[in-house]
Amino acid sequence: MKRKIYPHTKRGLASGALNTKNSCSGAGVYLDYAATTPIDRRVFGAMLPYFVEEFGNPSNLYTLGLKAKKAVMEATRKITDVLNCAPDEFIFTGSATEADNLAILGVARSVRRQVSGVKKPKLIISAVEHKGILAVCDALKKEGFEIVELPVGKNGLVNPAELAKVLDKKTTLVSVTCADSETGTVQPIRELAKVIGDFKKKNSFAPYFHTDASQAALYLDTDVKKLGVDLLTLSAHKLYGPKGIGGLYVRRGVAIEPIIYGGGQQRKLRSGTENVPAIVGFGKAMVLAKKDRKTESACVKKLRDKLEKGIFKSISKVVLNGHPTRRLPNFLNISILDIEGEALLLYLDEKGIFVNTGSACNSESLEPSYVLTALGNPYEYVHGSIRFTLGKGTTTSDINYVLRELPPIVAKLRKISPLNLKLGKKERMSEPKAFVGGQAPHFLRKNEKKR
Amino acid sequence: MKKSAKKIRSRPDVINKFTGGSWAYSDIVKSHFFHPRNFLWKNSENSKYDAEGIVGSPACGDVMRVWLKIDPKKDKIVEFKWRTFGCASAIAATSMLSVMVTEKGGMKIDKALKVKPQDIMKRLGGLPDRKIHCSVLGDKALRAAVNDWFKKTGQTARIITEGSRVLDPNTKTTEADIEEAVLDGAMTLEVVQKRTKVGIGYPQCIPAVEELIKFYREKYYGKDRK
Repeated sequence: MKRKIYPHTKRGLASGALNTKNSCSGAGVYLDYAATTPIDRRVFGAMLPYFVEEFGNPSNLYTLGLKAKKAVMEATRKITDVLNCAPDEFIFTGSATEADNLAILGVARSVRRQVSGVKKPKLIISAVEHKGILAVCDALKKEGFEIVELPVGKNGLVNPAELAKVLDKKTTLVSVTCADSETGTVQPIRELAKVIGDFKKKNSFAPYFHTDASQAALYLDTDVKKLGVDLLTLSAHKLYGPKGIGGLYVRRGVAIEPIIYGGGQQRKLRSGTENVPAIVGFGKAMVLAKKDRKTESACVKKLRDKLEKGIFKSISKVVLNGHPTRRLPNFLNISILDIEGEALLLYLDEKGIFVNTGSACNSESLEPSYVLTALGNPYEYVHGSIRFTLGKGTTTSDINYVLRELPPIVAKLRKISPLNLKLGKKERMSEPKAFVGGQAPHFLRKNEKKR
Repeated sequence: MKKSAKKIRSRPDVINKFTGGSWAYSDIVKSHFFHPRNFLWKNSENSKYDAEGIVGSPACGDVMRVWLKIDPKKDKIVEFKWRTFGCASAIAATSMLSVMVTEKGGMKIDKALKVKPQDIMKRLGGLPDRKIHCSVLGDKALRAAVNDWFKKTGQTARIITEGSRVLDPNTKTTEADIEEAVLDGAMTLEVVQKRTKVGIGYPQCIPAVEELIKFYREKYYGKDRK
């Protein structure tokens, strides 16, 4: 049987997959591309043969196995070409979280084992890292590591001078994200790499530099030589590839040990049979990401700017979260005062618009976004935060639709709300009281205990 | 056919198969969230009401404000207007409370004071487990407004004080801490202790703590659940 050729629009995605809000079965206006992306039809097509026909295990020597191995090698080469590194410098993982775990745990433990005499090795991370890094650092604290968090400015940027201040001979690893997943603020990775490079010149025991480029890979140059990083995390499902596959660039010579043990696949760094169809899809997605980068960046930026301007024009008391210009072109994170993010999210959902929020009510932990609070925002702002992230499927009519639907929803929720906060008053506006039994909420008290 | 289509489904469509708890909002919650009942439209209407109460803070993500009209002869609440800053469950819970208190000609004040979050939740067809936290201000706001009424009318003996007694002087753990720990899902002494360290250096207070855990567990999660 001849395989069905999937139609795709000029921007890559199949028409009808999204943006059919007017039809009853329509998926609506998806503006949460930072959460995940649909698989590009071309990626999907490339993956298809490896489910049923070419299903072999790449570790096997017979033809079927070799075909699978070849597919894995080709996909690896496609990815490492974009990263500008050698094919054996890339390890596939089950997710970006796993890649982050491998980078942090793998390097921290390996260095500790090899370099004796350092009592309390130090890891330096930024305050806006992904949970995949924060949580693993918390775990390392229990193993006797010292974790230093670099603060970010109000614009969301890490200051390289701050890094220079805290770097010392005990430092094993520095990890700063390329662009955080809430505001999309782009960190000065090259400048940070230079600080580390300068430090290395004077010291024999040098820290490695890791960056999580999961969000950034679609829109920024991920040439590891230019960035000057030793380790870099990628995620396929953030770039129109499949879920369940991520990867870690590990420069040759970096001391690292596995976190998963077994049959010794992938240079013993990540045992387990390779997920061949996902790897093939990842490779294809990476090629397309690089190919479409310029046009796609320009396209989403235009639409994003239209959305941003439109919202600021039609709605009062709105605050931009993150850097005004040094930001991924598809990110818009704002706080709309006097209303709560989850309520807004659900009202938008009712209109077929899918967005995200940093509000406490939307998280499992019931804590407001730590990234947005790290920017120095008061909790009052964070609860009303909303994140739009655009992508290939976003069209001008989508943006017009949002700009039409958002203001009346905000007006209604503001009518229900008893608040009337003042814009620009950035210090804590309300006394932390009366959450339950006349006390400050749990996340406020936790911070107080820390200090 | 028409009848069944009209009937509002009270159970949400996504249920946690391990705990039986819900992940999504029920249709009743949605109905009250998208079409809130009895909320105060105009600021200018404030003066029409006999009593007013406010709880919460914007920093916490929840603020509820309640206005009441009271029939002093019958000691009944006849009107309940509100405004809420918060998520869907906070808005829906206040809306539902306003319906419960004013339906059938209004509720006697003493009866209204006994409305528990659990009662509101039941009427809402349940709330996702982690959202129970967001719906517990409604009855507090109502109590605050009723207290305001008691103060205004000189019924000082009826004023309810919501104290926060210190249980463990070493860790300064209060009743409110226990309440919040239970709301956060700590259902046993062990888990509550892990969170609050209550009674570890002051074991005398443990019987009282256990009593409180049981009380709040039943208050928020009902008797049938562990």
